Amino acid sequence: MKDIIYRSHILICTGTGCTSSGAKKMRIALEDELAERNLNKEVKIIETGCHGFCEKGPIVVVYPEGVFYCEVKSEDIPELVEEHLLKGRIVERLLFKEPVTEENIPSYHDIQFYKKQERIVLSNCGKIDPENIDEYIALGGYEAVGKALSSMSQKDVIAEVKNSGLRGRGGGGFPTGLKWQFAHEAVSNKKYVICNADEGDPGAFMDRSLLEGDPHRVIEGMIIAGYAIGADEGYLYVRAEYPLAIKRLEKAISQAEDYGLLGDDLFSSGYNFKLHIKKGAGAFVCGEETALMASIEGKRGMPRPRPPYPANSGLWGKPTNINNVETYGNIPYIIKNGAEEYSKIGTENSKGTKVFALTGKINNTGLVEVPMGTTLREVIYDIGGGLGEGMKYKAVQTGGPSGGCITSEHLDLPIDYDSLLGVGAMMGSGGMVVMDDGTCMVDVARFFLNFTQSESCGKCTPCREGTKRMLEILERICEGEGEDGDIALLEDLAHHIKDTALCGLGQTAPNPVLSTLKYFRHEYEAHIFDHKCPAGVCKDLASAYLIDKETCVGCSICAKACPVDAITGTPKESYQIDDDICISCGVCASKCPVSAISQG
Amino acid sequence: MKSLEELRQLRDKVEKEMKMRDESNRPEIIIGMGTCGIAAGAREILQAVLAELEKRDVDAKVTQTGCIGMCEREPLLDVKMPGKDRITYGNLKLNDVKRIITEHVINENIVQELAIARMDN
Ligand SMILES: Cc1cc2nc3c(=O)[nH]c(=O)nc-3n(C[C@H](O)[C@H](O)[C@H](O)COP(=O)(O)O)c2cc1C
Repeated sequence: MKDIIYRSHILICTGTGCTSSGAKKMRIALEDELAERNLNKEVKIIETGCHGFCEKGPIVVVYPEGVFYCEVKSEDIPELVEEHLLKGRIVERLLFKEPVTEENIPSYHDIQFYKKQERIVLSNCGKIDPENIDEYIALGGYEAVGKALSSMSQKDVIAEVKNSGLRGRGGGGFPTGLKWQFAHEAVSNKKYVICNADEGDPGAFMDRSLLEGDPHRVIEGMIIAGYAIGADEGYLYVRAEYPLAIKRLEKAISQAEDYGLLGDDLFSSGYNFKLHIKKGAGAFVCGEETALMASIEGKRGMPRPRPPYPANSGLWGKPTNINNVETYGNIPYIIKNGAEEYSKIGTENSKGTKVFALTGKINNTGLVEVPMGTTLREVIYDIGGGLGEGMKYKAVQTGGPSGGCITSEHLDLPIDYDSLLGVGAMMGSGGMVVMDDGTCMVDVARFFLNFTQSESCGKCTPCREGTKRMLEILERICEGEGEDGDIALLEDLAHHIKDTALCGLGQTAPNPVLSTLKYFRHEYEAHIFDHKCPAGVCKDLASAYLIDKETCVGCSICAKACPVDAITGTPKESYQIDDDICISCGVCASKCPVSAISQG
Repeated sequence: MKSLEELRQLRDKVEKEMKMRDESNRPEIIIGMGTCGIAAGAREILQAVLAELEKRDVDAKVTQTGCIGMCEREPLLDVKMPGKDRITYGNLKLNDVKRIITEHVINENIVQELAIARMDN
């Protein structure tokens, strides 16, 4: 390999987000432009994984200056090359503009979105070429495995992980070191490690981004786990809907094999380890560990009762350690820097950082990694840039379909596993959906229950039948057919399902209902007793639209805009809406130039 | 991979490339690439700088800047050593590059006879 020393590196994010906003096309334009100007021997293009700031993609970072450009299109390339790479002038119009101050920010580190983050797991994401193992190694990659295999016993490794206080990032928050210890203590001639990369929560994409942006970190974590428990084989169970993550993992595995970082006698320790990728079967329940293992074995992905736990009887009946992607992603840091260093970050009982996927009505959607104990307010307002203009915060849903909502009274709650449970929500895998006052909480509960209900595998009755009954009630309420007693019935069903369902899917499915009932009971009551949807979302309950005769100028715009032809009238005089035809979609009101239309 | 030692050797080999993305303090060489600079041969100066840095295995950032108003002194090149003043060299010829890099960037002595300005740190 001839080492050319380039004077500049241009990093283009080609994660799934930026690719969908045109990163590939822009990369080709850049390549052509560099070749044309004879700069291709001086400037190197590197494709990276996600920077987390998906809202502003495609993202380009130019080194050595470290200038952060957003929303770069292929049309911007000639100017970028001419100005920045030839003349050294920053292209101001492509810089990130802070939503609050409107200030142009050239450097990564000065953007509010990044300032408050602490990136351990995502430290390499967006910074290295995930398809080049050398870049991972250059930043200290695989040294943790080297250290573990050359100077630590299996018990040392387990003790280090236990002392770090790391808890599973897949949702449950089980102490990782303890889990490893159980699998280590199980006696068997064959053991397995599994990485759960099924990531099925709606709105969650942290595992995908880590696998796409820094696959070697996860592989390194798995090798260390394998060594600690005594497994010589591992599986990465990755959603089939993540083709880029799968491709990068395949490449990473083969590069690690070439370097002898996977295979036999690693670091001359006598320890052997090999890895396989298994594509997910496409059902949410396959993310549940026992269903996942059944799926790897070629059976239908259905859960089974525990115990026995996977640590004793897992894949093909052998002791198995199963952890989430992000959990493994924390391991190299812990082994390299020590438990003590790691446990300085976070709260009493939740150590380290957590990656959250911020979505919904927020200015900066994307991936953020913050120390445990950061408040929701910091995440939403300081990092997330607050809600869109004119929107008022109502709640944030954490933990996806298994979680709950957090209202404004808890905005200053330091986020960790226990504090979230305390307010009836849950860490879950780290999805955060921000909702404004235009959101109907009954509709939100219906949405999540509809998701879990259709993902229920049908094996146990409480989940199969119970969630269906709950969903029917919620649908009735949203349609204006709610009855006195529905709320009590929902609560009764919810508690029974939680207590009796076979697996976590059913046990947590009622959570969004219980949590919205706890904080927004009045909205349910308004639907049932007043036949009103306070947020104006549920169509059947929305009050009809009315045109104010005095204000109407007879311009006919509303009549043309109405999708169901409910508006009639005489031009230049006035118009009226036919209640029987109107579907309360509100298009007319939004189009009316004189604001003559409102909901009665 | 046979040992941690072997991994570290590999790391040393591949690390150089990643230095580019290290934003900590390194010597910086800034080349005037306004239209005036380019017309006076700044591109060639830039290429000579890159070649010399590679040959001598020097770890420095190379960046560009636009016209600074001293067009008659182009090509211009500034050297900024960490914590030191920024020195501007002007009217450069290709063989001055080697001298500036060995004397100023490596040995940290300003090449007085080529220097035309000094900017405070
Ligand atoms: C319905 C259901 C879906 C799940 N989906 C995932 C998933 O997509 N990813 C994940 O890591 N864990 C998921 N889990 C949790 C796993 O069963 C398991 O607890 C986790 O992989 C353990 O890893 P951890 O200790 O590192 O968190 C799911 C659980 C349930 C009940």
